[in-house]
Amino acid sequence: MSPTDPPLITVRGLRKSFGENEVLKGIDFEVRPGEVVALIGPSGSGKTTVLRSLNSLTVPDGGTVAFADGLTIDFATAVSKRDLLALRDSSAMVFQHYNLFPHKTVLENVIEGPVQVQKVPVAEAKADAERLLDRVGLLDKRDSYPFELSGGQQQRVGIVRALALKPDLLLFDEPTSALDPELVGDVLAVIKELADDGWTMVIVTHELAFARQVATEVVFMDGGVVVERGAPSQLLVTPTQERTKQFLHRILNPLG
Amino acid sequence: MTASQWELLWTSLGPIVSGAVTGTIPLALTSFALGLAIALGIALARLSRVRAVSAAARVYISIIRGTPLLVQLFVIFYGLPSVGVLLDPWPSAIIAFALNVGGYGAEVIRAAIRSVPVGQWEAGHTIGMSRGQTLRRIILPQAARVSVPPLSNTFISLVKDTSLASLILVTELFRRAQEIATFSNEFMLLYLEAAVVYWVICLVLSSGQNVLEKRLDRYVAH
Repeated sequence: MSPTDPPLITVRGLRKSFGENEVLKGIDFEVRPGEVVALIGPSGSGKTTVLRSLNSLTVPDGGTVAFADGLTIDFATAVSKRDLLALRDSSAMVFQHYNLFPHKTVLENVIEGPVQVQKVPVAEAKADAERLLDRVGLLDKRDSYPFELSGGQQQRVGIVRALALKPDLLLFDEPTSALDPELVGDVLAVIKELADDGWTMVIVTHELAFARQVATEVVFMDGGVVVERGAPSQLLVTPTQERTKQFLHRILNPLG
Repeated sequence: MTASQWELLWTSLGPIVSGAVTGTIPLALTSFALGLAIALGIALARLSRVRAVSAAARVYISIIRGTPLLVQLFVIFYGLPSVGVLLDPWPSAIIAFALNVGGYGAEVIRAAIRSVPVGQWEAGHTIGMSRGQTLRRIILPQAARVSVPPLSNTFISLVKDTSLASLILVTELFRRAQEIATFSNEFMLLYLEAAVVYWVICLVLSSGQNVLEKRLDRYVAH
């Protein structure tokens, strides 16, 4: 990765309202191949909505998303189903509450997308899934149902399910905030490994120490706008904006 | 009970059970299968974002639930001929029962679909599935588990409601009992006998429900 690489995805002027509530007021950012972007900010700042927009789980009201391969989606106009699917197919989401399929085993969860959507032969999808499960230390759980796993294990399966789709971009929506504290480390370790492997990722997180270690860029959002962005060593240590300073202060000193 | 009553009880059991096997049971099974298909269609229509479709489904459910099954049966068998639609007893009964199950089942299935967390839809979408694919492979299997107990209720009610078909000349369990009762003048005996046969059928169905629930519960924490 270098700053001169063309961005994988370029977001310009992203807007979204839910009724009267304008949650995104024009968001600009881009993600280059191999980059790990951490979206931070207070709750209600719109960071999860940005992430969901990238996976078209939420359809923005305005703004554009442009892909490296030339496809540009303009949300101010009526967006075709095909473009939404293209946007969705380029990324895969890891959810805060895992959202594994409870009626399917671990292996079935992982191969569902490759087999049903991407039409990968079952044997190939299984081999791939087993390799990925082995990497996160869960191969022995391949035939378990999600309810038999701990939260940390479920989230690792959630990550493997996303990886199995071989997306250009991995999206993480507060991947550790539903976990018991002692299980957070395992999941963060897996995400760190993926970053080291060169996966391109956007992560909504409250784990500032983790963002500092893993992110190549930190984007601080508040009130539906990007307040400040920069390298973690700069933004998390010597922020220039007052709002960023206040937010970091509140997180690091919860009692004030 | 007199010896001749015991004998009547024994000799009538054959025709009554055969009425169940050739009438009640196939009538209930066919109507229920068709009714479930209708129920699924109506439930999906009810959940549709197209307002006209959802409104039509609501009207259908309202009519089915708001009118007596016996009246529905009579409209189809005795009423339709006056507008030129003549149906035999069996098809009339199957249509009436299926439409009825369709109305009640639709509400059960709709509630079951809505009971599946929205995160399951999103998980389906994020792995690239269309709405239809997500519904079929992710949502409905989970909704099925939730809807087994209420749909079993519907089915058990249907088995008993098929006795109404005797009033449009379908030869089933109750009609057999009625015929023998009239002929022998032993009303109490024959109607109680019919009641016991219905009860036994429903006991079998209840245990079937238990087996099915256990099977579908295998992926849920206990």
